[in-house]
Amino acid sequence: MIPELGHFALWLAAAAALLQAVGVTIGLWRNDEGLMRLAVPSALVQALMTVAAFGALTWAFVVSDFSVKLVATNSHSMKPDMYLWTGVWANHEGSLLLWVLVMALSGAMVALAPATLGPRFRDRVLSVQAMVALGFFAFLLIASNPFERLVPAPTEGQGLNPLLQDPGLAFHPPLLYIGYVGLSVAFAFAVAGMLEDKVGPAWAKATRPWVAGAWAFLTMGIALGSFWAYYELGWGGWWFWDPVENAALMPWLAGTALLHSIAVVMKRDALRAWTLLLAVAAFSLSMMGTFIVRSGLLTSVHAFAVDPTRGLFLMGLMALYIGGALTIYALAAGRVAEGRQFALVSRESALVANNLFMSAMLGVVLVGTLYPMALEASGGAQISVGPPYFNRTVLPMLLVAAILMAVAPFLGWRKSATGHLASRLLPAGIAAAAVVVIAVWPLGVREIGSLLGFGAAAWLGVASLSILVKRGLTLNAAGMALAHFGVAVSILGATASGALQREALVTMRVGEAIEMGPWRAELMDVRPVAGSNWTAIEATLDVRRNGAPVAVLKPQSRVFVAPPQETTEAGRAGWRTGELYSVIGKPDGTGRWQVHFWVKPLVRLIWIGGLLMALGGVLALGGKVRAGARRRSAVAEGALPLPQAA
Amino acid sequence: MAVAKPKQQRLVLALAALAVLAVAGVIAAFALEDTAAYFKAPSDIAAEQPTPGQVIRLGGLVKEGSVTRSADGLVLNFTVTDMKADTAVSYRGLVPDLFREKQGVIATGSFDGNGRFVAKELLAKHDENYMPPEVAKALEKNGHPVKGAPTASVGGDMVAGDPAA
Repeated sequence: MIPELGHFALWLAAAAALLQAVGVTIGLWRNDEGLMRLAVPSALVQALMTVAAFGALTWAFVVSDFSVKLVATNSHSMKPDMYLWTGVWANHEGSLLLWVLVMALSGAMVALAPATLGPRFRDRVLSVQAMVALGFFAFLLIASNPFERLVPAPTEGQGLNPLLQDPGLAFHPPLLYIGYVGLSVAFAFAVAGMLEDKVGPAWAKATRPWVAGAWAFLTMGIALGSFWAYYELGWGGWWFWDPVENAALMPWLAGTALLHSIAVVMKRDALRAWTLLLAVAAFSLSMMGTFIVRSGLLTSVHAFAVDPTRGLFLMGLMALYIGGALTIYALAAGRVAEGRQFALVSRESALVANNLFMSAMLGVVLVGTLYPMALEASGGAQISVGPPYFNRTVLPMLLVAAILMAVAPFLGWRKSATGHLASRLLPAGIAAAAVVVIAVWPLGVREIGSLLGFGAAAWLGVASLSILVKRGLTLNAAGMALAHFGVAVSILGATASGALQREALVTMRVGEAIEMGPWRAELMDVRPVAGSNWTAIEATLDVRRNGAPVAVLKPQSRVFVAPPQETTEAGRAGWRTGELYSVIGKPDGTGRWQVHFWVKPLVRLIWIGGLLMALGGVLALGGKVRAGARRRSAVAEGALPLPQAA
Repeated sequence: MAVAKPKQQRLVLALAALAVLAVAGVIAAFALEDTAAYFKAPSDIAAEQPTPGQVIRLGGLVKEGSVTRSADGLVLNFTVTDMKADTAVSYRGLVPDLFREKQGVIATGSFDGNGRFVAKELLAKHDENYMPPEVAKALEKNGHPVKGAPTASVGGDMVAGDPAA
């Protein structure tokens, strides 16, 4: 009964979206106030009904109602409780329902937020959002019904992929989806801005919080996904240039470019057309990511089901929205093209440079991701493009971008003087030189790429910090500096964990030890252990540094009951901001075990940097509010006679 | 620097942008040419031996009875077959969880100077009824269609072995 109610609620939500899309658009066209007034209530109904549908599906999972096909094929009554809840979106249909849920909730947020550009503009945004949502509702209801029943109902489900039975599942997909869908709001603002001829500083000011928020969530989602892959896969790496990762990276790059170009529109009313294009591109890439991941073009833990009709449906949707938006852009571009001028050395130019590098990186990632698929689809050879390609193309650009990023915040708008730069950037220069010297000696790093990485991280980190410590900073500027600092922290973590990493791959008996510089890891014990739905072989490694105990690692080789599947669980422990990481392999038949042991200095900085970036994005939502400004401005305006003694 | 000549400024900016994009494009094209790994089945290799050092993805089934280990237990030797031709592979590292005889595998690596295929990474299927699509296609070409393939179900993902340095 409850699944049917959920299904019904989903249809109602779709109907509300239809009304909101078609009714409101007609109202806007005819200037019919009555029809336009439908926008807000239908957005709220749509959100409410989608919440109801999502609740119904969650209920089916939590009570393990195996008469619902989706639950039967993706869940299991013996699964730990937490994965009964999070398992809702660990499958194709459920994850799409989460997507429309986030979309509907963001629509409700737009409806309830103050309409700074007037009610007509808000209604236009809502109608565009509803058109986008409608496609996804149709996709769910026609091609991916999550509430489909199974007759007769099986007594037990098939279980959830063990790789997904992890706390990461609770956060990674929702964070990413909030990011993707947040970009759809920017998309709706861009399309509405073109249709209503509103693109300008006020429009940018209204759009920017959505972009910054979406970007912050996307950053967190990607950072968390990277961390999850790092500890779950047991390969010791944190980014594999897998097409699925690229699918999330591309909207992030476009979103990053958008976040910077929209600042130019806001402050200087320039780069309008380009910003619109980026807003369209960012959401289009989000959709493309979903399409690549869900269509079965890839074999990956993210490709839940291979079904060509679904791929075609998604491709159709994508073509419709991107084509539609670009057509509107082509018609409107003539009206929005002209912006104000700026000099070659100016904040605007620096932001253009940012956009250039983001777009170039986006371009090479796009080519590397799509080229193999296109080649195979056209009957050519089957090739794979992997880390060597991406490292060779993206990393140099990232380094140059990091170096420029440190300078940009010190440039003025319109036309900047350059005399102050040398003294402002002196500490950063000294820090960069010092870090490179330390890396060469005593750390013994010789590889030029790593040395550049260390130098760039110090340069950018210190330059960004020197902005952060200034007083009376606006939240916007503080957010920018914090995000830039986060980039530096991530670069430092990535460089150090690569260049200073030590590893050993051995076969060993219990009682033997790995000796690696100051490190010693002794295999104390290998024994069977059991969890609620798995059994495992667990090794105990006692790790010491210069004789002093540091950590005990417990890597496992797990066998899950449902579905029957083996996974490798890395044994990890933190060491300063780095990690000790170990994996146990198969026995060789003579009592020896394969053990892979890594020491990864500073590796956690990679994800800490990601969190700092996201935090910077959130801070930037505060806009022009000054940090700790309440008291100061109150005193300045003399509005409140504060007691002097305080 | 003067603001006075906006047209000139725009031109310089546009040229700079063009230059950056052109450089990126050229680097990308060369990198793609250099690093793309082609998928090959053993019979492709029998027909045309790849040059040593060229990275390829070798796919097929792990031949029954071919899996052996070196004395130190770290190097895995096995034969990949597509029912028409065989290629011997050696791999140093942890073996993926579902590496089995008679099952699909993709080994990424290159031939060394002695004509031996040295794999840097192994991809094995990750559940009971999944076959890498490339392998399924190669087998089908040789008249050995795999039953039920290629169907990735839940958990039908490829999981790599540990790419040991």
